[in-house]
Amino acid sequence: MAYELNGESYDVDEEGYITDISLWSRELADLIAEGEEITMTDEHWEVVNFLREYYEEYQIAPAVRVLTKAIKKTLGPDKGNSGYLYELFPYGPAKQACKIAGLPKPTGCV
Amino acid sequence: MSKIDFQVPAIEEFTETPKIAVDAMAHSRPFIAAPAHQEALGFPGELVEDWHGIAIGKMGELISKYQSLPVFLDSCVKCGACTDKCHYFLGTGDPKNMPVARQDLFRKVYRRYFTFAGKWLPWLVGAEDLTEEVLDDWYNYFHQCSQCRRCSVYCPYGIDTAEISMAAREILDEVGKGQKYSNEIIGKVHKTGNNLGIPERALRSTLDDLEEDIEEDTGVPVKLPLNQKGAEVLLVTPSADFFAEPHVDGLIGYAKVFHAAGISWTLSSYASEAANFAVFIGSYDQMSEITERIRKAAEDLGVKRIIVGECGHAWRVAYNFWNTLVGPFDFLDQSYPIPQHICEFTNDLINSGKLKFDKSRNDHMTLTFHDSCNVARASRMGEVPGGQFEYPRAVIRACCNNFFEMAEDTIGESTYCCGGGGGLLTDDLLELRVKGAKPRIDALQKVRKDHGVTHMAAICAICKAQFSKVMPYYDIPMTTIVSVHQLVSNAIILPGQNQVDSQEVMKDTEID
Repeated sequence: MAYELNGESYDVDEEGYITDISLWSRELADLIAEGEEITMTDEHWEVVNFLREYYEEYQIAPAVRVLTKAIKKTLGPDKGNSGYLYELFPYGPAKQACKIAGLPKPTGCV
Repeated sequence: MSKIDFQVPAIEEFTETPKIAVDAMAHSRPFIAAPAHQEALGFPGELVEDWHGIAIGKMGELISKYQSLPVFLDSCVKCGACTDKCHYFLGTGDPKNMPVARQDLFRKVYRRYFTFAGKWLPWLVGAEDLTEEVLDDWYNYFHQCSQCRRCSVYCPYGIDTAEISMAAREILDEVGKGQKYSNEIIGKVHKTGNNLGIPERALRSTLDDLEEDIEEDTGVPVKLPLNQKGAEVLLVTPSADFFAEPHVDGLIGYAKVFHAAGISWTLSSYASEAANFAVFIGSYDQMSEITERIRKAAEDLGVKRIIVGECGHAWRVAYNFWNTLVGPFDFLDQSYPIPQHICEFTNDLINSGKLKFDKSRNDHMTLTFHDSCNVARASRMGEVPGGQFEYPRAVIRACCNNFFEMAEDTIGESTYCCGGGGGLLTDDLLELRVKGAKPRIDALQKVRKDHGVTHMAAICAICKAQFSKVMPYYDIPMTTIVSVHQLVSNAIILPGQNQVDSQEVMKDTEID
């Protein structure tokens, strides 16, 4: 499986996570989001950007609580909860947002 | 990925035995492990050329190594007592999900190659050759068993399908047909110390964040120490407790209990995982390697006790196997249970009057308790028989006013699996997970209706993740599932915490 974008091909695993995370781009994120039936808004980008920054720093996706706290700081207290994140990413903020952000899928009992 | 492409079963007041639906789940199979995931564990990367010879050889090894296995394979009299006891059968109607039929997938091959009658008169005794088709059937249907052992409770001979399913998966790994979800995760534990792959710096940062939150909420500086040498207790807990909800609320609860009891404790970044997925694939070697990390961390940190957090199969492995795998733990303080479950620890503190609660802080909830299969049927807790059922309930009762049990044949040793245990908590098995949760959901829905139950507590990371995922398919809010120590966390009065605060909370709650 692969995503096709501007004549380039991007390999993904069985679940649609890109296998080479260094090839991620905003355009590619839009394409992945489309496959997830999500139209990216500023709020979606806020989450995706935070995930990428956090990953850059710690080499792992942030805990859900860390993510909600960060979103609370930038988007306000009414949006700093996992309910809001589920509205943005119905399949789960951790997995679906990571997929769009080009990060590996969180594994384990999550 | 987010689309539903299957029929969600209708909730029933009492779970009825479904009509037989032949091959209803024949399409359900998890992703096969990639060569890299296989090879990291010493298994062949892909299906080997001589898979037949290797599989039969491995089967022979297993039946001579594990005495229980040939007993289980030989003793079934086809009485049928198990047929309607598996949650996957009840949720799917697929006859191969009847425990006896699942066992027979393995048994027919065993008979063909290892019994006199099966070698000479296979047609007479239901013996069959191991073909690639049979191997595929194994892969599909032994990944539709969560190894919860409910069937074994009702089997007059005590045949344990879980052990047969572990043996089948062990053979599948050996021939190069492993499961991606479990094997990728086991590889991560070897590399990073936990299932999620959280590096030490990220873990410390997450814990710092939690400390900040707790102090903000309570005004008390409760710590979550990491790699603290000389601490009395090493806590090993599922890494989901650092990452997911409602798991993390349980972790906060453990931290508050340690703080309130004044017992020094630490987490370890080297052994930042209680879970041991090797038990799901039946691999003794992998199970030892993962457990060895915990032993080494405990020795290096110089702790006196090891306590295990809310994780079902981890407790099974800890309670039953740690000592055999990497024991004896003679360097620990022998006057405490080795290992000890967090519920037992908290319950002891409650009984000795060392913890104070304001139960009214949980008055916005009406609770029930889901017994997790591995704790309920594969282990015990404390000194008393049935402690594994009683202790978590005692903890809940100590911090909640409103509690109702679900139907008797769905709790205790008869508990239904959440539908995601045994290495099946993966998105590629979502249909199976949703359908397998049905019997539990039926029972939960009944107490929701009859008693106004709002929340269900559990002591297993898999159960918590599974229910938050599948409950919405049944129109039950995902937040219905909570950690037992989350309830503790809500109700506990920390030393130094302003008593007036708790009075105010009470007043607020009453007004609400």
